[in-house]
Amino acid sequence: MKHHLILKVITKFMVGVIVLFGLYVQFHGDYSPGGGFQAGVIISAAFILYGIVMGLKNVQKVMPVWFAQKAAAVGVLVYALTGVFSLIFGFEFLNYHAISPEHPKHGQHYGIILVELGVGITVSFVMIAIYYSFAGRTPRLDDKEW
Amino acid sequence: MALTLNHLFAVIMLSGAFSLVSAMLFVVMDAVDVAFTEAAVGAGVSTVLMLSTMALTVRIQKEKKKPIILPIVVICLVGILLIYGTLDMPNFGAFDSPAQLHLGSKYLDITYKDMGIPNVVTGILASYRGYDTLGETVVVLTAGLGVILLLSGLKGRKNKE
Repeated sequence: MKHHLILKVITKFMVGVIVLFGLYVQFHGDYSPGGGFQAGVIISAAFILYGIVMGLKNVQKVMPVWFAQKAAAVGVLVYALTGVFSLIFGFEFLNYHAISPEHPKHGQHYGIILVELGVGITVSFVMIAIYYSFAGRTPRLDDKEW
Repeated sequence: MALTLNHLFAVIMLSGAFSLVSAMLFVVMDAVDVAFTEAAVGAGVSTVLMLSTMALTVRIQKEKKKPIILPIVVICLVGILLIYGTLDMPNFGAFDSPAQLHLGSKYLDITYKDMGIPNVVTGILASYRGYDTLGETVVVLTAGLGVILLLSGLKGRKNKE
């Protein structure tokens, strides 16, 4: 897509908006619809859109392949460590009361945010990594080939 | 026309449009979280993945010599059976359906008291059913690892040769 000027300009504008909306869905998930999974997919959609329009090389400058693949595992780690955190302080696995024993409600709130963050990180980077491994095998296409 | 469509680009676009329409259906049925997922995954990411698969393979399906009457009959039969199965289900939104009577209403009652957050879906997913969601996250990671190993692993081997 070398000459699609309109698409490129719109994409540059939209990528920021999409990521911002993804972050809203991520961190506002306990008040409004959405949560980690939806936010992860939305954020990865922004990168995939950028990759489609600007080319795989350009998006991999922003988000290298190795980073996407490693960061996907970090999300699960964040989730599981939240559980281990409660284990250390003498509560059950993933019992968020451990985060703030005096205010169980606050503990639940923080725990949910942490856990959703883990889900979001894993989902978004897994989606990006899957897109990379598909797109990396595709030979360069002309517009006529579609 | 859509039954005999063999231009794969059009088929993928149609399935994306179908996902978007079913997302709207979920919104109408008040399942906003599901609609969100359907719109983002079904209409967005999976359409892109199918398009890149198509770019790797062919654009047009081969003409089939066999008639397609038998598959259509099977699909209609299964469809009729599924619709027959739904006749026994409670009406949409019925307050005396089993799902509303026991666990559902309990969660609606206790979520706000326990955590002080209004979105019950998030409360159940992240706190009451935290184990399951951890498992789901691991499943997503494993699926991604599988795809990465299958697709990038081959490429690395080819480069070495």
